[in-house]
Amino acid sequence: MNISQILFWILTVLALGSALGVVLSKNPVYSVLCLIVTFFAISGHYILLNAQFLAIVNIIVYAGAIMVLFLFVIMLMNLNAEVEPQKSKILKFAGFIAGLCLFLVIVAALKNAEAKTQAAQLASGDIGLIKNLGTALFNDYVLPFEISSVLFLSAMVGAVVIGKKE
Amino acid sequence: MVLLSFDWFLIIEKAILISIVIVASLVIAMYETWGERKVAAFIQDRIGPDRAGFGGILQPLADGMKLFMKEEIIPNSSNKFLFVMGPGLAMLTAMMTSAVIPWGGHLEIMGRTVPLQIADINIGILYVFGVVSLGVYGVMIGGWASNNKFSLMAALRGASQMISYELAMGLSLIALLMLTGTLSLRTIVEQQSTGHWNIWYQPLGFIIFFVCALAECNRTPFDLPEAESELNFGYHQEYSSMKLGFYLFAEYVNMFISCVIMATLFFGGYDIPFVNDAHLYEIWGNWAALAQVVMLMAKVIFGIFVFMWIRWTVPRFRYDQLMNLGWKGLIPLALANMVITAVVALLKYNNWHF
Repeated sequence: MNISQILFWILTVLALGSALGVVLSKNPVYSVLCLIVTFFAISGHYILLNAQFLAIVNIIVYAGAIMVLFLFVIMLMNLNAEVEPQKSKILKFAGFIAGLCLFLVIVAALKNAEAKTQAAQLASGDIGLIKNLGTALFNDYVLPFEISSVLFLSAMVGAVVIGKKE
Repeated sequence: MVLLSFDWFLIIEKAILISIVIVASLVIAMYETWGERKVAAFIQDRIGPDRAGFGGILQPLADGMKLFMKEEIIPNSSNKFLFVMGPGLAMLTAMMTSAVIPWGGHLEIMGRTVPLQIADINIGILYVFGVVSLGVYGVMIGGWASNNKFSLMAALRGASQMISYELAMGLSLIALLMLTGTLSLRTIVEQQSTGHWNIWYQPLGFIIFFVCALAECNRTPFDLPEAESELNFGYHQEYSSMKLGFYLFAEYVNMFISCVIMATLFFGGYDIPFVNDAHLYEIWGNWAALAQVVMLMAKVIFGIFVFMWIRWTVPRFRYDQLMNLGWKGLIPLALANMVITAVVALLKYNNWHF
């Protein structure tokens, strides 16, 4: 058992545990914090796969920006377990069945997936390093890259238009 | 040794380095409080602390002792777990940045080359950004968990201020990174020690970065989360004892770290000006590395002094002025700086042909 395997298991347990915490905790603020821990564990996995850029961007964008906005909204609305309206029994039951159906579909889909692909390239692939990623993005995929940036720009303009006072 | 086949020397080396860096940043943060009071006293024509030790040199120890002895109060209606976690998070995010900073060249110990840097990762500056963007959580969680509307207001102010100024900070750095062509902080310093300091290429970028660093550290003129005349005391109103101390302390650690990053990015880091560092290594050996650390610290202490100078000179902004400066002033300026730098860099790449 070498150090990256030990790290892999620690990160996996952390990711799964905190992901469960997101769903199971009663307090929405705890859910958000658990989700942040999950993002960190997943970033750790990216680093084990030698995808440093992806790891750090995951932290900057999701943990640093999007979750802050989530936290903003939750704190301003001040949701508490006591004030939260209780869902009816039928809804809970329906949710449970829907979840089980999803689980069944996922199991069926992933049943044969394991043996066909190789195990992940641990710290051997180098496409995730920022230099190679930049070269690939701006040589092979320059048109999709630019189109997606136009998409972001239009989203930004849309946000400004919506936020502007009449 | 089959189960755990690590390079034990590396682990010991890094552990020693990490403890030195953490202890050093805490001690420097301690003496920043003393320095701030002395600078304030000098600017306001007073003497400042002079009772504890020679020239008040033991004053930080006395202050720390006082904070530890105070009664710990956890409000009844607060969320206790998050209330305790807030200051811890603030301190953690303040300290984490120091991992990628090159503090000096390298030492030769028992035939091994020991670089004076905890981790030389090739995304160094992005890592700094990741940690800076997490700095919001300490303030937000502390402010919310206090269950006090003034704390919450201050925390929301602080968070929106940090997010707004992060954008301009990132844009000003993009221009710098276009010139360096690398994200590793050590490579950036090495480029500067053979060529010129980056401040000559990016003066506007430096000014934008400096203003944003002031805002990120919640220093005057941007200390709106702690504006006591508007918000009682700020996001740490309900805190007492060392938990309050941690928040105040984290601010000083942040100030130290942001000065180190500014020195590294724009002022040549550990490079000794007018001296060929590689030549110095041949003459002095390990002492040259130490001289480089001292040089970096000299630059940092000057930066900290400028931070304090600004604090005791410039009055606080109003909140809408702060947001206008961030969104309508600094971001367009940083964008213009980025475009101009990109054009010039491209022209230089094509040997000045259009």
